[in-house]
Amino acid sequence: MKLKFFLIGGMAVMMVAAACGGGQPEEVAPAVDSAAIRDSLARLEAQRRAYEDSVRRAREEEDRLRREREEAERRALAMAAEVRNMVATRIHFDFDKSEIRPGTDTDVLQSKLDIMQANPALRIEIVGHCDERGSDEYNMALGMRRATAAKMWLVDRGIAEGRVTVRSMGEESPIAMGSNEEAWTQNRRDEFNVTAGGDRLTKPGM
Amino acid sequence: MMRRTAPTTLVFLLLPIVSLLAQDPVPPVEQGVRIGITYTPGLRPGLMVLGGPRADVMDSIRAILRRDLDHSDRFEMITLPTGDSIVLGISSGSADGVMRADGDLFVNYSLHAALGAEYAVAVLPTSDPLETVVAVYDVRGETERRRFSIIGTQPGDERLRMSVHRAADEIVRVVTGEPGFAASRILFISNGRLFRVDADGARREMVSGPGITTFSPAWDPTGTTAVYTELYDGWGRIVVHDVAAGTRRVVPATEQLLNYTAAVAPDGATVAFSRSSEEGTDIYRYNLARDCCLERLTVGRFSDNLSPTFSPDGRQIAFVTTRVGGQQIYVMSADGTGQELFAPFDYGVTGNSNAPEWSPDGLQVAFHRDVMGSPQIFLMDVRSRVVRQLTSYGRNEDPTWAADARHLAFISSRTGRRQVWIIDVESGRVRQLTTVGDARLPAWSPRIQEPMQP
Repeated sequence: MKLKFFLIGGMAVMMVAAACGGGQPEEVAPAVDSAAIRDSLARLEAQRRAYEDSVRRAREEEDRLRREREEAERRALAMAAEVRNMVATRIHFDFDKSEIRPGTDTDVLQSKLDIMQANPALRIEIVGHCDERGSDEYNMALGMRRATAAKMWLVDRGIAEGRVTVRSMGEESPIAMGSNEEAWTQNRRDEFNVTAGGDRLTKPGM
Repeated sequence: MMRRTAPTTLVFLLLPIVSLLAQDPVPPVEQGVRIGITYTPGLRPGLMVLGGPRADVMDSIRAILRRDLDHSDRFEMITLPTGDSIVLGISSGSADGVMRADGDLFVNYSLHAALGAEYAVAVLPTSDPLETVVAVYDVRGETERRRFSIIGTQPGDERLRMSVHRAADEIVRVVTGEPGFAASRILFISNGRLFRVDADGARREMVSGPGITTFSPAWDPTGTTAVYTELYDGWGRIVVHDVAAGTRRVVPATEQLLNYTAAVAPDGATVAFSRSSEEGTDIYRYNLARDCCLERLTVGRFSDNLSPTFSPDGRQIAFVTTRVGGQQIYVMSADGTGQELFAPFDYGVTGNSNAPEWSPDGLQVAFHRDVMGSPQIFLMDVRSRVVRQLTSYGRNEDPTWAADARHLAFISSRTGRRQVWIIDVESGRVRQLTTVGDARLPAWSPRIQEPMQP
């Protein structure tokens, strides 16, 4: 009996012991591998970081390229705008005359010639205008001659005729109001408008 | 039918008043002297528009008639002061005419003759409330000469106004043998829009559609259709616009390039116009009746040719050319042959000459020519080719003939802004027609025959 009690008691102790440290033996065995797991986790972590870095770098590269593209686009647009402004620069005429005046006006036309040579897709129209002094009807004809004079200046220097159209507004569209020499001088003019190929324009010599 | 009235005592009663009516200074009236003092024999006949039964429409008709007849510059208009003295003097309830029971006017011929009138015009009701009658009396002959019927009851009605204008033109015909020009309209450009206004300045209306820029208008021979240029997309196309019917069509040959200064031939079949391109400006003509056959009439090369105007027989075209350097007036056959100088000029001395218009009687060409930097109106006698200057103050340009071949409308800046003015080339009398905004490029219609739609 005593033995029985002892055995029972001993079993009870063991059971208690087992109950108390039940998982311990199983945990010990994996604990041996935990370093490897940590290593592997670290490797994974490193891989993940490397991956994220590469993604970030790729994104940064992409952003940089995009910014560069945008910058290039902006520069191109700015250049196109600048060139278009150069194209739009007006020339002026003496009263009742349609001759191109040597000096400022031929310089202005020369820059247009250079631009048209550097930008083969560029097409323009030239609009001739008059001051209010001449006859209203005659001024339509005079405006046409003024526009044609500028066109011929370009065509004589190698621009294809089809790239330049002309029209006249006579005295119907003044830019300066008033009946004085200052207004008249401004109104006797050719205006130059881009009709095609004006989105991408290269400055001559670039 | 009419009885002679106005006892001489009445005439003498009126003496002091009548002397006040005299337009020119006259010596004091002496006893026994006739009172026909405002009329100078050999010049314009005196004419009175009589009062009579009062009603809105009749008062309006009288006012339109009086103005039209005055503006015809064919009459010495005799007006009575509005005071009561004459009314009291006649003591008949009306200043100068008395209705009889049968509806006719009791015309006081001796009184009108004494006031200097050779003709008298009366506006009378009829038994039809929609109809009014305009009667014209020969005062010296003491007879009624003609009657004209006016339909309409609304003083502002366009048809009423036009029929009154036609009556005025017929009264001019009764007296002078040639009708007046009151039943006509003038086209002009204001701020790029095309307007029309009656020859008496009434009823200013926009003709072109909103947002359309127009240029160089003209009339067809009926006076109901405007022919003008629409500027669009850099081109100028010629539009034939029946204003009364509200229909418009583009002349097919003018859909490209810049086409302007249209002129319709007197038979209405062809339109001549100028076309500007890189090759210069040249005159073309197109057959409107057959809708075909564009012909080039001038070959400018290094010169411009524009502003064609037909002679009234349709055989010739006067136009502007720069072939001699500046702008001068040339003439050619309507088929383009026989081009030669028309209005003589001194090279380098005579100013640029533009905007010719052949008079409806074929005897004269009006144009404007630069004088000391300002355009002035000139006339050339076609037969002798003698040129005379009509205006001298301010800018005066773009003359256009009235149907009577005696009046010109033109643009003048003499009061500041460019406005339409009218000059009687016989007397030099000038009046301003438009006052609003600004006005350019006038075109005066022929007499309008058909009643206009309201």
